[in-house]
Amino acid sequence: MKTIAEINEKIKTGKAVVVTAEELVELCRSQGVKKTAARVDVVTTGTFGPMCSSGLFLNIGHSRPRIKIGGGKITLNRVPAYAGLAAVDFYIGATALPDDDPRNSLPPGNFTYGGGHVIEDLVSGKDVKLEVSTYGTDCYPRRKLVTWINLKDVNEAILFNPRNCYQNYNVAVNLSRKTIYTYMGILKPELGNANYCSAGQLSPLLKDPYLKTIGFGTRIFLGGGTGYVAWWGTQYNPSVKRKENGLPCGGGATLALMGDLKGMKPEFLRGASLVGYGVSLIVGIGIPIPILNEELCRWAAIPDEEIWAPVVDYSQDYPQCTGRVLAEVNYAQLKSGRIEVMGKTVPTGSLSSYRQAREIAGILKSWILQKQFFLSQPVFSFPGPETGYTFKMLKERPVKQNNKNEG
Amino acid sequence: MDKKLVLNFPPSLVDKPIISCLVKEFGLDFNILKAYVTPEEEGTLVLELKGEEEKITGAIAYLKQLGVKVELLSKEVEMVRERCTDCTACIPQCPAGALWLDQATYQVNFTSEKCIACGICLKACPTKAMVLRI
Repeated sequence: MKTIAEINEKIKTGKAVVVTAEELVELCRSQGVKKTAARVDVVTTGTFGPMCSSGLFLNIGHSRPRIKIGGGKITLNRVPAYAGLAAVDFYIGATALPDDDPRNSLPPGNFTYGGGHVIEDLVSGKDVKLEVSTYGTDCYPRRKLVTWINLKDVNEAILFNPRNCYQNYNVAVNLSRKTIYTYMGILKPELGNANYCSAGQLSPLLKDPYLKTIGFGTRIFLGGGTGYVAWWGTQYNPSVKRKENGLPCGGGATLALMGDLKGMKPEFLRGASLVGYGVSLIVGIGIPIPILNEELCRWAAIPDEEIWAPVVDYSQDYPQCTGRVLAEVNYAQLKSGRIEVMGKTVPTGSLSSYRQAREIAGILKSWILQKQFFLSQPVFSFPGPETGYTFKMLKERPVKQNNKNEG
Repeated sequence: MDKKLVLNFPPSLVDKPIISCLVKEFGLDFNILKAYVTPEEEGTLVLELKGEEEKITGAIAYLKQLGVKVELLSKEVEMVRERCTDCTACIPQCPAGALWLDQATYQVNFTSEKCIACGICLKACPTKAMVLRI
C-alpha cells in the first residue's frame, strides 16, 4: 500500500518508478502483478481521438467604447460562438459551423471548417477574425466590432470539455446496402469496414475501470499542457455492463476536463472534418494512475486482448436505438486490421490514433520523471456502480397546442 | 516497366474487345484500376500496363489509332505528413492497399506506387492529410 503523498515525495527525490500502460502490460507479463505493483509508482496513459463535447471559454477584454457581446451575436472566423454570458465572455463549441456552411444539403457534406478548427487555429498562434453585432445600452453603447484576436492577447482561454475520454466505445459497421457517413467515419455497405475509437490498453479510463484514483481535481495531460478533471462527464454511466475483469462492455464512464489553452499545443488539439457528419476537435489526454495497491496494478495491466468492445450497426441499430450488439471483439483483434463479424472478415480502421496515445503516455512519463508534474489527490470521487447512477434516454412528452403552462 | 493510363472510349468503341488485344498482340499484362461507362455510353478505364517498354509504346499507338483517347494518369494523391495523426481511418477505405499501418510504430504509411488516385482517402481523413495534385 502506498499513498499519493508518498509517491509525490518519491517524484521529488527522483526515486519514483514511472512506466507507460504499455510497459506495465509487459512488466506484469514477465514479472507478475505482485512484484510489479510493489515496484511501480505511476502508470501513464494516453488517448487521442475526436471528442465532440469540447469547447473553449474566452474573455477578450473590453473594447473602447465598451460592447456587450452577451445577448448579441458573435462569430470567430465566421463560426458562431455562444454569447449568452457577460459582456466579453463567450464559448465556442467544437461542432459549431459557419451559418452558410451547406451542411448535408448535398450529402455527404465536407464540413471543412468549424469550431474545432477555430480552437486549433488559436492554439497554433494564428490570428482569428472576430465579428460581433449586438444591441447598445447606456453602459455598453457599441453595437459592431470586427477585429483580429490572438491567443496571446486574450485574458483567459479556458478549454472546457463537458464530455471527453470515453472509457470504452462502439465498433461501428454498416449492414445496409449503401455507404453511410457517420461520426465513426465512412462505413462501407454490407460490413465493408469496421471503425473503432479507443486507444485500448493505453486508454485512461480502461486502466482504472472504477475510477478509484481519478476524481474531481485530478491533474492530467490535456492538449499538450496541464489540465484538470472538472467533474464527471456527461452521459457518465458507471452502471454499464461489465466483464469479469471489471472492464465495461461499452461506453461507461466519461470525464469533464478543463485547462488553460495558453499552455497547450496544436499537435494535441486538432480540428476534425467528418464527411457527412460535421466537425469536431481531436483532443489529446493523458492521465497518471498511481499504483497504490495490487488491485490497481492488475487493472492497469489489462492488455488489449482482454478489453472488449461491442460491434454495432450504424445504418439501423444505432440511429434507431435498438440496443442490438452484433458481436464482441477485443482491441488486439481490432488493431490487427481485421475482425470477424457475422462470419465475414472485416477490415478495421480507427478514429483514435494509437501512435499519438503512445506519445502522450511517454510525454507524461517524462514530465513526472523530470519533476515537472506531480500527482493530485482528488477532492472527491465520482459516483460508482453502487450508487445506481446511470444514463437515461430522453422521455419525450408530447406538447399540445394551448398548453396551460404557455398561457 | 509499368505505366498507368487513363483511356477514354467513344461510344462507338465501348462494346469492342480492345483490351484483350493488348494481351494477344502485345503480350502485355494489365490491371484494371477503375472502369466505368457514363450515361452517354462513353467508357473510361484506368489501366496499369506491365511489359516491355516498346510493347507498351506500340499498344498506346494502337489504342490511339482506334480512336481511344490515351492519357497518362496524372492525378496524384500525396500525404502531407505533418497533418496526419496516424489514426488509420483511411486504411480500410483504400481499395489499392496504398495506405498501411506499421504494426511496430503505429505510423500510417502511404505507398504512392500502389495508389490509383480514386480519392476516397481525401474524404476519409478527418485532418485533411491526403491531398490531390493535378
